[in-house]
Amino acid sequence: MAKNQRRLNLSQKYQLMTRGLDWETTYQPMDKVFPYDKYEGIKITDWDKWQDPFRLTMDAYWKYQAEKERKLYAILDSVVQNNSQQNISDARYLNAVKIWMQGVTPLEYAAFRGFNMLGRGFRGAGARVACQFQAIDEMRHYQTQVHAFAHYNKFFNGFNQHARIRDRAWYLSIPKSYFEDAMTAGPFEFITAISFSFEYVLTNLLFMPFVSGAAHNGDMATTTFGFSAQSDESRHMTLGLEIVKFMLEQHEDNVPIVQEWLDKWFWRGYRLLGLIGTMMDYMLPKKVMSWRQAWEIYWEENGVALFNDLARYGIRMPKHHETATREKYRITHEFWSTIYQFSHATALYTWLPDEEEMDWLCAEYGELFEKLYKPRYEYWRELDARGERFFQKRLPVVCNVCQIPIFHTYPDDPCKNICLVSEYKGTKHQMCSEGCKDIFDREPEKYCQAYIPPQQIYQGNCGGATLEDYRKWLHIRDEDAGEYYGSEDNQLWEKWQAEAARV
Amino acid sequence: MPENVFIALQNTPEAQPIIEAIVADNDNAVVNESPGMVKIDCPKRLVLRRETVEEKLGQEFNLQDIHLTLISLSGNIDEDEDEFVLHWDF
Ligand SMILES: [Fe+2]
Ligand SMILES: [Fe+2]
Ligand SMILES: [Zn+2]
Repeated sequence: MAKNQRRLNLSQKYQLMTRGLDWETTYQPMDKVFPYDKYEGIKITDWDKWQDPFRLTMDAYWKYQAEKERKLYAILDSVVQNNSQQNISDARYLNAVKIWMQGVTPLEYAAFRGFNMLGRGFRGAGARVACQFQAIDEMRHYQTQVHAFAHYNKFFNGFNQHARIRDRAWYLSIPKSYFEDAMTAGPFEFITAISFSFEYVLTNLLFMPFVSGAAHNGDMATTTFGFSAQSDESRHMTLGLEIVKFMLEQHEDNVPIVQEWLDKWFWRGYRLLGLIGTMMDYMLPKKVMSWRQAWEIYWEENGVALFNDLARYGIRMPKHHETATREKYRITHEFWSTIYQFSHATALYTWLPDEEEMDWLCAEYGELFEKLYKPRYEYWRELDARGERFFQKRLPVVCNVCQIPIFHTYPDDPCKNICLVSEYKGTKHQMCSEGCKDIFDREPEKYCQAYIPPQQIYQGNCGGATLEDYRKWLHIRDEDAGEYYGSEDNQLWEKWQAEAARV
Repeated sequence: MPENVFIALQNTPEAQPIIEAIVADNDNAVVNESPGMVKIDCPKRLVLRRETVEEKLGQEFNLQDIHLTLISLSGNIDEDEDEFVLHWDF
């Protein structure tokens, strides 16, 4: 017998290892065994039609993941041995890494929890297997990131107490609330929110230009875990697209439900990614591409092509995508201006762009930047020179949905602040945009219960009712926060540069 | 109307034969390099053939090994032992 005939081909192997793994239960009705996969209204007539196009099976999964881990940890070891923390472009860069550790790494853990729930919750064994792989992947991402950051923690501020800061920092409710919103929905909405909207449509903007930016700025640790995680991400994205197509193919009644989820989670994801765009535009001393350019490539080109493909199922472009595209010239500047004013209340440093960076921003963002944002930075620079570095004295009002400080402006007028209000059960709720207001108004009973950190802080529920009390409760020291220039990180970096210049 | 599919790979020696194979088999492929990675765009359809990779590599190649260098992709996927295809169907 020829060698090839003895071996199973890919799809035979996939069939054998992902099908027939379970049975019709008799002691308990199936609806009790799988209590959560119907209430959202999604109708599935044949779970067997669900296929992983990569046809990944458990044996191959372990083999590839072990190989990825071996490579990753070999590089992390050499990062430590070779003092690679000294090879980054500039210590300002590390504040982007701090945002990652404080804001993104906890999402990996949240994803791990969420996919464990799906790995139990879906009735179809094929989809359950794919979700179980993903749960293990997400735990791996969480662990490798903590390991990578542990090295920076030996030298720089802002990398300690990652678990406490995740739970307590007001500004980290921006990423945290995204996942908690998804996890408190049903399994089909969760997977649409995470695997499709976040991972397929939007994380290319996070992992590709930003991790490429880490490479450009000499950060071998982040580059390595970033691309290693992203290699799993292609599988996650594919799971997202397949599950969305699967829902659309299984029953026409699913189409309007999926459309509403796409509308909601596109907007929530877009809002969250504004933070990543700000890291790209302001926190990478050596630039790879601007947020505007990344938006054009990964949304206007690749994202729109994806929606063109989904049109045959009756899916249209997500609501408010025009606003997102219109905002590409302003969102990162509005965001950075906000972080700049509040960094004394975070475990981050901020600074004003230098002359060269200002030129780059003018070139990337043109007239709007020159007219609106550059003068603002110049004004703050004057204050700084007079010894009056500008910080806000109070915490901001944040959006009841995306939890971002309400710094946004009207889509057709970047000089006019927007704050939209919905009233529900006698209470007023503020939102940053039409997109977030739509989300609130669709499920007011859910969002009226959202935990809004600044409100909790001023009610005295977070160590006391003043900013000082709160900072103590958060365990942020003066040295961890505020202006970059003159900070401990800045001083250490200058010392290393001086030493390097001497030899 | 935007219609590209794409594949992004780590810019490592392991990925070189894969990149070369894609360029050889897809006339309209456009290779974009940025630090640490290579993104290849192609209108509507992009194919990676096992045989072409094996020619470039000079030894046997298992298509599933792209999981070790893959960063991201966009498009519907069809994969068997011989071909890995990304496509949009509109
Ligand atoms: Fe992840
Ligand atoms: Fe993921
Ligand atoms: Zn909002």
